[in-house]
Amino acid sequence: MAFKRNIDRLPIIPADATVHNVSCHYCIVGCGYKAYSWPVNQQGGFAAGENWAGTNLGEQQPAETDAWYSPSMHNVVRQGGRDVHLVIKPDVHCSVNSGLGSFRGARLAELSYSTVRGTQLQRLTEPMVWRYGKMQPTAWDDALDLVARVTAAVIKEQGEDGLIVSCYDHGGAGGGYENTWGTGKLYFGAMKVKNIRIHNRPAYNSEVHASRDMGVGELNNCYEDAELADTIVAIGANALETQTNYFLNHWVPNLRGTSLAKKQAELPDEPHAPGRIIIIDPRRTATVAACEAEAGKDNVLHLALESGTDLVLFNALLTEIYDKGWLDREFIEASTTGFASPPAEPPMFPARGGAEQDNPPLFGLDDVVAAIRTSPEEAAAITGLSPDDIRKAAAWIAEPKAGGKRRRTMFGYEKGIIWGNDNYRTNAALVNIALATGNVGRPGGGVVRLGGHQEGYVRPSDAHVGRPAAYVDQLLIGGRGGVHHIWGCDHYKTTLNAHEFKRVYKRRTDLVKDAMSTVPYGDRPALVAAIVQAIRQGGLFSVNIDIVPSQIGQACHVWLPAATAGEMNLTSMNGERRMRLTERYMDPPGSAMPDCLIAARIANHMEAVLREMGDAAYADQFKGFDWQTEEDAFMDGYHQHAAGGEHVTYERLRAMGTNGFLEPAVGFADGKIQGTKRLYTDGRFSTPDGKARFFVTQWRGLEAAGKQQQKDRFPLLINNGRSNQVWQSAFLDQRSELVTDRFPFPFIEMHPDDMASRGIKAGDLVEVFNDAGATQAMAYPTPSAKPGQTFMLFGYPTGAQGNVVNAGVNELVIPNYKQTWGDVRKLADAPEAVKGVSFKNKHYEPV
Amino acid sequence: MKGCARLADLGRRQFLTGSAAAAVAVGAAAPRSAAAAPPLAGVVYPSAKLANVADLAVDQPLEITYPDPSSPGVLLKLGAPATGGVGPDGDIVAFSTLCPHKGFPLGYHAADKSLSCPGHYSRFDCENGGQQIWGQATQNLPQFKLRVDERGDIYAEGVDELIYGRLSNVLA
Repeated sequence: MAFKRNIDRLPIIPADATVHNVSCHYCIVGCGYKAYSWPVNQQGGFAAGENWAGTNLGEQQPAETDAWYSPSMHNVVRQGGRDVHLVIKPDVHCSVNSGLGSFRGARLAELSYSTVRGTQLQRLTEPMVWRYGKMQPTAWDDALDLVARVTAAVIKEQGEDGLIVSCYDHGGAGGGYENTWGTGKLYFGAMKVKNIRIHNRPAYNSEVHASRDMGVGELNNCYEDAELADTIVAIGANALETQTNYFLNHWVPNLRGTSLAKKQAELPDEPHAPGRIIIIDPRRTATVAACEAEAGKDNVLHLALESGTDLVLFNALLTEIYDKGWLDREFIEASTTGFASPPAEPPMFPARGGAEQDNPPLFGLDDVVAAIRTSPEEAAAITGLSPDDIRKAAAWIAEPKAGGKRRRTMFGYEKGIIWGNDNYRTNAALVNIALATGNVGRPGGGVVRLGGHQEGYVRPSDAHVGRPAAYVDQLLIGGRGGVHHIWGCDHYKTTLNAHEFKRVYKRRTDLVKDAMSTVPYGDRPALVAAIVQAIRQGGLFSVNIDIVPSQIGQACHVWLPAATAGEMNLTSMNGERRMRLTERYMDPPGSAMPDCLIAARIANHMEAVLREMGDAAYADQFKGFDWQTEEDAFMDGYHQHAAGGEHVTYERLRAMGTNGFLEPAVGFADGKIQGTKRLYTDGRFSTPDGKARFFVTQWRGLEAAGKQQQKDRFPLLINNGRSNQVWQSAFLDQRSELVTDRFPFPFIEMHPDDMASRGIKAGDLVEVFNDAGATQAMAYPTPSAKPGQTFMLFGYPTGAQGNVVNAGVNELVIPNYKQTWGDVRKLADAPEAVKGVSFKNKHYEPV
Repeated sequence: MKGCARLADLGRRQFLTGSAAAAVAVGAAAPRSAAAAPPLAGVVYPSAKLANVADLAVDQPLEITYPDPSSPGVLLKLGAPATGGVGPDGDIVAFSTLCPHKGFPLGYHAADKSLSCPGHYSRFDCENGGQQIWGQATQNLPQFKLRVDERGDIYAEGVDELIYGRLSNVLA
């Protein structure tokens, strides 16, 4: 049964409604929205003079109207202690989305906390502690005191390595500059925590080490470049579903040819045509289908390569481009290490750390091609592609246009290769191509991450973490550490090797729970002593800071309730470095606080406890956390420490609205923050000498431990990733009937033949299993899937795909989620919840 | 999004290719309460005759409007019982054809009995209450509540979601 709200009308926004700037706090794109609010006992009217739009709403409005909003864009929330109507609708004046709302962002209002409408009542409203056998409410001071006393006791026994931290590093909700600074100042300023990991990977490391080591920051272009490119190359990215309005508002116009006028205007001295696109992905995605519908099949080249062989393809493309002479020689000479081997001394990279690529010799492009030379035929044998398609791709990327004009090619990549085989070399091999063709720092170019979350990172130096960083999951599984602080992460749903992780984590945290049950909660010294004793016996004390009860939270001993974007002022930047301020438009639930202030209060309590313990010197390290507002944290962090931060204040950002500016800020003039449209336009890169590096990137098969053996042993690829209809781990969507009605369980897309041979029907509940673990999903027949290749929704609450991802990582502890093989067997016929689910083709085809 | 207006026109021309009948005018709305009466809790839907079951053939969509002429929809005989289906075979359904994402006109795919949007590729399952198979709309497709009388005349008498482009399903 399709979920229906049976809402037949909505309150009308009055002309005098309060308006706040909002950037959608979900994906990297950060679409602009406006939040309208007004007293709950008032409403606007249909007459043009009675509503915000100045439009006669008594008439049917046309397609793309700004004078309409859906039920999902409305709610009733608390603002300054009183109930108000809230409408959060896409902003037509934001250049990112031009009024488009995605399935995710257009539900910002409905996914807000409302006691009136009963939405998101799962939100944490006050601190909770393990007491009398379950989680119970308590006061902030009580919870923080317990956290500080146990943390201090563990550090006293084990040093700061006894404190293990899991913490987001992103922007948007559950992140942002205020909160990365707050947590960063606590763990990297007051302390020097080494055993720390990020929300989506088991270590504190970059997802794109190689690009950075080559001097190419990964967000180096702007969204307009997708409108200007002759060719877009999308690698391991499904932009329609995961960067939706970037795709719809900036890629599609190029594919349709409607950005031609912009191309002519901005780049008048060369021929232009509608854009073409190369999509490198083992799977036929919704993006491929949409591109074919828009550009025609002749202008879409889908390279459905064998999973994990992107590196071979990139090496072949570079070889072909080199052999054809389709190089930007001037750029290579001026802005890179050049063609010939430079002098060996001194080594110029990597910028930090130590790993496989420590102090390698510098390479010229000639050396690189000599080392990685791969013919189209050789690549075809490994990738399963045709040599002709590889040659065609090289031509689309680099063959000069009429008049010898350089082809403008934008390379956008994401988790398909970030979480793919041999992350470091694969990333480097792609950047090699972009550098060889001069497609960095130029209009219509860029070699960029397409992104997941928004960004919003400003922290004290993490240099002490080292490289490779600690594999934190393995520390936890190995019994290391005594206390674990978890900020906005749910490893039970989203880590690799999750089956084993959960098994051990539950055992260790249960030890502490059982110990806590041996003493009265109110006897603080006895309670702390019991906890510390349990930790000595292998237990783990776990503190979870989140907005909702998470699955890992089931194992934790303290929950601290956090506020999210809109309940606090929050700054982030999107995939083109566009920084905006989401203004506070509603109250947080109960006593929930912004993460930056929770971090500050933990620091305050640590200082007090350490002083009480007589360690004044250590206590003094926790000074500087007297922030009372998120703006205090912003001024202490971003304003003082981010590049260009001195030009940026809340007041200035408010005035910049939903368009903000592109980081880094370089000045403030005429009432506006001056930004940076593209990086590296001067041809100087992020290396000490300003020269970008070419890297040698030889193919070495499936790199991570256990992957080749798994592939040899199991018949099905268990590819995995995101879906348009689910944001992240569904932490809010798990309480959205619209979403759970569609996907009561995570889908696993399977070719009908693979289902038939296993006796599986559409919607059947199946077990996905291999040597690493097992999980469950509902079978979604997918004729466009290749036989032997499945695709499972990642991170879903009712079936964690990470259970079957083995522990294998690359040399810098980047996980390899994508290359997973296993088998599938039927558990049960479609459960009742699945009976109303449509199993039709998700991909668009023109009528 | 640039280019969408062109697509909207295209979509409208292509919509319902082969349909047997032109749009059916909607009857006058049911009498409304006197102006002085207090407002009701929900909107009052008109009962509008759309067609007779004899007019319909499987997979031959009939363009309709409901609850008023500015709200286009489609009347479909699917050939097998469907959610919300009426008629002797329980297979007659009706939906708004304004995509609840951005209001582009939906086109019917007989092959899998779905409605698709040329604007941003959303797809809706006509056999399953208009569930969005995939797409950017944040609601499933508004379905019109149907009744068939003893003569086989089909009436629309309600809507289960907000129709795109109007903040009240009934505007008059």
